[in-house]
Amino acid sequence: MDFEVIFSYMPLYIEAFLLTIKIGWIGIAISIGIGIVLAFVLHFKIPFVSQIAKIYVEVFRNTPLLVQLFFIYFGLPKIGLSISAQACGAVGLGLLGGSYMTESFRSGLEAVSPSQTESALALGMTRAQLFQSVILPQACSLSVPAIVANVIFLLKETSVFSAISLMDLMFTAKDLIGLYYNTTECLFLLVIFYIIMLLPVSVLGSMVEKKARVRMFGA
Amino acid sequence: MNEILRINDLSKRYDDYAILEKINLSVRKGEVVVIVGPSGCGKSTLLRCLNGLEEIQEGEVVLDGEIINPNKKNLSKSRERIGMVFQSYDLFPHKTILRNVTLAPIKVKKRKKSEVEAEALALLDRVGLLSKKDNYPRQLSGGQKQRVAIVRALIMHPEVLLLDEITAALDPEMVREVLDVVLSLAKEGRTMVIVTHEMQFAKAVADRVIFLEGGKIVEEGKPRDFFENPKTERLKRFLQTFTYETVENDEIEMEQV
Repeated sequence: MDFEVIFSYMPLYIEAFLLTIKIGWIGIAISIGIGIVLAFVLHFKIPFVSQIAKIYVEVFRNTPLLVQLFFIYFGLPKIGLSISAQACGAVGLGLLGGSYMTESFRSGLEAVSPSQTESALALGMTRAQLFQSVILPQACSLSVPAIVANVIFLLKETSVFSAISLMDLMFTAKDLIGLYYNTTECLFLLVIFYIIMLLPVSVLGSMVEKKARVRMFGA
Repeated sequence: MNEILRINDLSKRYDDYAILEKINLSVRKGEVVVIVGPSGCGKSTLLRCLNGLEEIQEGEVVLDGEIINPNKKNLSKSRERIGMVFQSYDLFPHKTILRNVTLAPIKVKKRKKSEVEAEALALLDRVGLLSKKDNYPRQLSGGQKQRVAIVRALIMHPEVLLLDEITAALDPEMVREVLDVVLSLAKEGRTMVIVTHEMQFAKAVADRVIFLEGGKIVEEGKPRDFFENPKTERLKRFLQTFTYETVENDEIEMEQV
């Protein structure tokens, strides 16, 4: 392995790394927003909207991100809506993640024991008070592990962005290999940068998970 | 006769299956009514109908002249007046003991926090759990949790307290500490409707005992008559399930000699 090559590629990788993180986290923010809203829609069985939410979840959970990106990137211009590769990546990731996040938040809401509802109602709480003070805080704790898993999964999914010429880590590595054939160095850097991107999330996620678990179950 | 709670011809059905049939019951202020009966006879369901946790198909529950209707909008207002303690405690796991107790008075009754906290601490002290105020429910034993659940209900100043098999999930040695609290509440004249399997406790605490079987009130009476001179054959059989015949082991001993 040639370290001189590695150092010379560094700036390109750092640029790609920052772009990947930017698009990745924007997508994750979108997905959490969608997830929270649709989890409420499904939990409260809001008529009509919840049917649409169900269809959305099934469509986006059961198609690959690559296909979704192609649809957005190459499909939308056909109906006169063209968006940049970056926006497309963020929106695509957000929509895919939204379907996963919806299910995670919803399962958290449903995992709160029904007896909690009963004891709160028996104390004279209204449905709104019950939801705000009893259900929601517990549901948040209960859905943390699934959310952390989703975040890690979504950050890794950014690797398909290269297919719509978004200059993310994967794109940069493939590009450099194609130009200079330094396959070993390029792949080595690729692995390193993905680990740098994900390890802190994984460690932090475990800490948050532990905190949430202690809050709910004590161990 | 100072009636506080009245049940008129209450019937409860799941589809065609009748859980409770034409129950009539009147509870006086300060009275302790204990409901006993075999598993699945509808005791807990009856209790849950009293504060609207279960819908009823016929009849009505009247609290101090006000009909409790599960379809009514201000059902939560009526529930403020009826406290309930459950078999599985159902404390809020994400809140400390003190917050468990003060949550409802502050949120529901909009009382001042400082005032509620002072009352909560006094009540926790009364049940011997003042030192646990900053702990979480998971750090308490079953008996301690159940005492907190009682305090949580009491701080709402309910006019009637419903206790649904509150010792059924407890280890035997913890039953006492919980029942002692209930006994002291009975002594200070609290109106309570209690469902329990602890016959000795029922005998000690009740002003009136009701035997429910197959969704109907089969027999009711003063605890003394109820337990010592049951009138119906069904109650006799039920009470017998709580006593054991001494096992005769003479033959075995003879063989060993």
